[in-house]
Amino acid sequence: MNAIELKGLTKTYSTFQLGPIDLTLPMGTIMGLVGENGAGKSTTIKAILDLIRPTAGQITLLGQKTPEHFPALKEEIGVVLDSQPFPTFLTADELGRLMAAALRNWEPETYSAYLARLHLPARQPLKEFSRGMVMKLALATALSHRARLLILDEATSGLDPMVRQEILDILYDFCDEEHAILISSHIVSDLEKICDYIAFLHEGKLLLADEKDRLLERHGLLKLSAEALDQLPQEAILSKRLYHYGAEALVRRDLIPAGVPVERITLEELIVALARRD
Amino acid sequence: MNLMISNSSGQPIYEQIYRQIKDLVLGGGLAEHQPLPSIRLLAKDLRISVITTKRAYEELEREGLIYTVPGKGSFVAERNAQLVREEHLRQIETHMDAIAQLAQRCGLDNKDLMEMFSILHLED
Repeated sequence: MNAIELKGLTKTYSTFQLGPIDLTLPMGTIMGLVGENGAGKSTTIKAILDLIRPTAGQITLLGQKTPEHFPALKEEIGVVLDSQPFPTFLTADELGRLMAAALRNWEPETYSAYLARLHLPARQPLKEFSRGMVMKLALATALSHRARLLILDEATSGLDPMVRQEILDILYDFCDEEHAILISSHIVSDLEKICDYIAFLHEGKLLLADEKDRLLERHGLLKLSAEALDQLPQEAILSKRLYHYGAEALVRRDLIPAGVPVERITLEELIVALARRD
Repeated sequence: MNLMISNSSGQPIYEQIYRQIKDLVLGGGLAEHQPLPSIRLLAKDLRISVITTKRAYEELEREGLIYTVPGKGSFVAERNAQLVREEHLRQIETHMDAIAQLAQRCGLDNKDLMEMFSILHLED
């Protein structure tokens, strides 16, 4: 089964159009949504979460068409957005009791276990929490009502590397055959660590959606002289930089003659090169 | 079983898993019918994509190095003498390629190489 299926998803605003987007997130996998500010990541996520109505297209979540079935699906989807709606006078314990009253599938033991694992104080008001602590609390909450699909929008932005790693570890442990994750982030290196699939939005269009490792296998970095660069098949070159004493090119490995040493690239380098080229 | 995944080597991750397990199977480092970790478990443990791990297992299965029992998991296949031989031949070819490249740099032709080889071989 697929956790998310987008078919021709389109949202038209006066100054911006998202889509049409076709995208599939299979169960048991993690997809990273990347793109510059204003590329349409949050619009896509808002449409999936029924916070905005698409202009056209069909969204299917966990095998059920939305928006018709969204209310029934609500508890099966865990959500972490970049700002949290929790009243700050509450403690984590009190927030848990509020959730228990609001959600049918709330699991107090799971919640307590996450609070302990993430070193979150249960009896301290949230207004005394750091941003990292609030994000961890949001994650604990999202994972304590038997959600099968977890959606995170910029959840690791602005957090220090240790907290980000803690969050990534939790996501990694959460994802098995019965679960799936969609995560958007500016921090491409985070996504490179945990994602199976990468979807890249640029100016409202889906520029690519593919297996992360295949993307990294197919492309590479070549360091050579400007003259040698001119000798290469030009369709192999995605982007290039010319220096005084050499050149650097991001290339498609399959079009580069055998024997030319191609270095591994990072996802970030690939994304930037593709955005520049467009 | 130890698998070392390098992010800096140019070798694709699926190929690293595939090649290392293949070497273990053909070299006898893994016993016949020994269970392999599940795809999900191995991916989690090595912090790599489950899809990539699946691709490596599929490739190993296609080549008859491992087999899968539905609901039970994957196991090391019986060592196939033919496959072991092919693997050795492949390794010989790799070494020969390296020799050919070095020979070219030293200005040696095939005859020189054959001569070197037979001299070394005689001395053995």
